[in-house]
Amino acid sequence: MFAMIIPAFIVGGVICVIGQLLMDLTKPAVTPAHVLVIFVTGGAILGALGLYEPLIKIGGAGASIPLSGFGYSLSKGAMEAVGKRGIIGAFSGGVEATAVGIASAVFFGYLMSVAFKPKG
Amino acid sequence: MDNQSLRKPTLAVSPENYKILAQQYTPKPTIVKNVIRAFAVGGIICAIGQVIINFFVSIGLTRVEASTAATATMIFLGALLTGLGIYDEIGKFGGAGSIVPVTGFSNSIVSPAMEFRREGYVLGVGAKLFTVAGPVLVYGIATSIVVGVIYFLIH
Repeated sequence: MFAMIIPAFIVGGVICVIGQLLMDLTKPAVTPAHVLVIFVTGGAILGALGLYEPLIKIGGAGASIPLSGFGYSLSKGAMEAVGKRGIIGAFSGGVEATAVGIASAVFFGYLMSVAFKPKG
Repeated sequence: MDNQSLRKPTLAVSPENYKILAQQYTPKPTIVKNVIRAFAVGGIICAIGQVIINFFVSIGLTRVEASTAATATMIFLGALLTGLGIYDEIGKFGGAGSIVPVTGFSNSIVSPAMEFRREGYVLGVGAKLFTVAGPVLVYGIATSIVVGVIYFLIH
């Protein structure tokens, strides 16, 4: 149950530090929204180059929980689907591989936005 | 109105001195502190994610399924904690440590949607859910298609 927790902590921590430096060193040009876009795009490109897979192996959730892991799943899904279905796979694979994440973000996001009132 | 009765300011600071003084009282860049906090908070969130993955593996899911299920669980937790107003407190402390994990993505969906509910369920909640998620999906999905097409062409 507690396997891989330390590597996840370290790899996840380091990835978040990169995001923090990105924001602090470019203030105020890079907002949290920019950070998320940069990480998802960066993860997708690193995944395509085969450079993100080792991070997942070493860090487990430390690499899959940051948004760069979402980007990695997108491009990995697209490449795997190309192998099965050709060019159509390039369009279907990314969303297919991340469908659970996208759908649960929309569903739970909507649910909580309606259920709770903002503070202040 | 005659200003002659006002006494002259006793402040004897030249512009150069003022600059130095102002610098002394300006808070130092807190980058080191921010980095340590981001590392700790981001690390803890990912460690929790790992515990959830391990749990799903222990009840019989494959590693890939467990990772997907854990991501969905973290999205749920991020949305719930945002609704309860707890995630914003974590965010004030953790900076990017709370933004970069998928719980931060979840926070970026719920926060504006909750805020703009008074503008209705379609143009308020429905539209604002995608204030940040929209750009993330646009760039993420577009990149994956470009990757897929290039992969198709070179294979």
